[in-house]
Amino acid sequence: MGILEVKNVNKSFGGLKALSNVNLSVAENSVHAIIGPNGAGKSTLLNCLVGKLIPDTGSVMFDGQSVLGRTPYEINQMGISRVFQTPEIFGDLTVMENMMIPCFAKRDGAFEMNALAGVARQRDILERAEQMLVDMRMADKRNMHAASMSRGDKRRLEIGMCLAQEPRLLLLDEPTAGMARADTNNTIDLLKQIKDERDITIAIIEHDMHVVFSLAERITVLAQGTPLVEDIPANIKGHPKVREAYLGETAAAA
Amino acid sequence: MLGLNKKDSTLLLIVAAMVLLAPFILNPFPADSAMAQFNAGYPDLMQRFVIFGIFAIGFNILFGLTGYLSFGHAAFLGVGSYSAVWMFKLLSMNVIPAILLAVLVSGVFALVIGFVSLRRTGIYFSILTLAFAQMSFNLAYSVLTPITNGETGLQLTLDDPRILGVSATADGGIPVTSLFGMEMRSTFTLDAGAWLFQFNTGYYFCGAVLLLAFYLAIRIFRSPFGLMLRAIKSNRTRMNYTGLNTKPYALAAFVISGMYAGLAGGLMASMDPLAGAERMQWTASGEVVLMTILGGAGTLIGPVLGAGFIKYFENIFSKINEGVLHQWFSFLPDGVENGAVWVVEHFVGPGWHLTLGLLFMLVVTFLPGGLVEGGQRIAKLFRRKSTEPQDGATQSHPAE
Repeated sequence: MGILEVKNVNKSFGGLKALSNVNLSVAENSVHAIIGPNGAGKSTLLNCLVGKLIPDTGSVMFDGQSVLGRTPYEINQMGISRVFQTPEIFGDLTVMENMMIPCFAKRDGAFEMNALAGVARQRDILERAEQMLVDMRMADKRNMHAASMSRGDKRRLEIGMCLAQEPRLLLLDEPTAGMARADTNNTIDLLKQIKDERDITIAIIEHDMHVVFSLAERITVLAQGTPLVEDIPANIKGHPKVREAYLGETAAAA
Repeated sequence: MLGLNKKDSTLLLIVAAMVLLAPFILNPFPADSAMAQFNAGYPDLMQRFVIFGIFAIGFNILFGLTGYLSFGHAAFLGVGSYSAVWMFKLLSMNVIPAILLAVLVSGVFALVIGFVSLRRTGIYFSILTLAFAQMSFNLAYSVLTPITNGETGLQLTLDDPRILGVSATADGGIPVTSLFGMEMRSTFTLDAGAWLFQFNTGYYFCGAVLLLAFYLAIRIFRSPFGLMLRAIKSNRTRMNYTGLNTKPYALAAFVISGMYAGLAGGLMASMDPLAGAERMQWTASGEVVLMTILGGAGTLIGPVLGAGFIKYFENIFSKINEGVLHQWFSFLPDGVENGAVWVVEHFVGPGWHLTLGLLFMLVVTFLPGGLVEGGQRIAKLFRRKSTEPQDGATQSHPAE
């Protein structure tokens, strides 16, 4: 029984069936990649996990509890953090302030009316945020405006913000999309380090096969809204069904 | 000081000094000189500076900090005024209960309007607040006449009960508003040679409330709650996916800023105990938006500066008429004088809105951060000038 169990999930947009009978099991403390050609339903599936979309039928269980019908912030408080394709950070705030917000969310929950206590006096939060910046090797950028950083640094900050909440499941939506090779390799190294150092489950959606095969312990291939195969990376590479999905039937036949 | 860091304490002290010395600062010209019309140091106007300052400080918590542009904040100002006048009618002429009720009622009002309006964001939120404010305005004019006295506006009369006070004074007049016996309208006039300085009890009371309101705003800006509000303005998606519920945060900001508006409305009624529906009109809501943007949205002192700036223009520039202009340009030959007066008169008197509009356009285009950004740029310019010689000095060292 995995930490994340997706059972018979269906989702349609009008006449378009985006997901049909999707089953997925992500084992605790593993790195699980979900790959598939464009339009395979990867992002729809991810959105169903975090509460942005509600599946038409089926169930999504996280650690034995259903996430269906919960809002994104409630699901996040259950222990699922999400990294977006385009980094979602607080661009108007400094890097340090960015890092403090998940620390507050972890300590105080979804809402806390703390209008008169100065931020400067929240010692525990300041220390924790500082520690996370050091872990992310961003301490020198502490006072920078988050929006003025490079794409790679924004991604690093976003991942750090997610980790500051100590989630049990980290979801990554094409974390290296639009990145230069060097930034991509940095991100891979960072994710490897996270995997080695923390008790965390990582589910990753990715286009870049280099990233997938450097990180994943298990891979699910999605095509036209249905999981084709689920296996370890070594078996996925040469799998005929995968070749078919990616290259088209005729190419596979040839 | 008072839980503020050094920079904020300094700012608070500067504002306190300005409030305290305003009767001097705003009256730089001798009373019978030609420039006397630019003096703004009379009680009525000083009260308005301070009251609208409070209004704008509160508005800034919602707009500047949280990023929600409300186009209906005058509704809370109006509700505050009506509540205060009712307190004067029913309870006593003491301003304290009136102001407390004004803040309370506007807070409840803001809770209801905010709860509905905050279901939407961006332009839809603005339109919802505008709709609510116009609704309140029209209701105050028509259906709610028993409470608001319709077009005439709510006024004090001789047969009001005033349980803890008197319905009429000994000489048969309507009693005046006071703070435990200190009359709000009482003014001490200092005659200093050619200058005339006026110290008004009502103004100093409003000033004290402004300082309290400003202090609270600083505390909110520097609190975890304030950080969350700034985060909402910056990226609501990230907030949601960081386990934070943005709705109660935005609603709290809305209610707090509504209470500030109610406080301003209550003070207005305390200075002059009447309340009319026009106080809730959309132009009044628009004015506070202008004040905040002109001064610098999201900054601490900006809204206060913006409020002072606009109220100064409204009261001083609008008083300059053709006669005054002819006096100014009398040194010019006749034809040129008439021409000059013709041009300038469109920008003053009833045309002061034109000047304000042009200024607003200039500020928004060249100083998006408002007057505060203007001040910062000037300060930077001076700092650069004063550091330049030092740079020269350090550069000369290697040469030696």
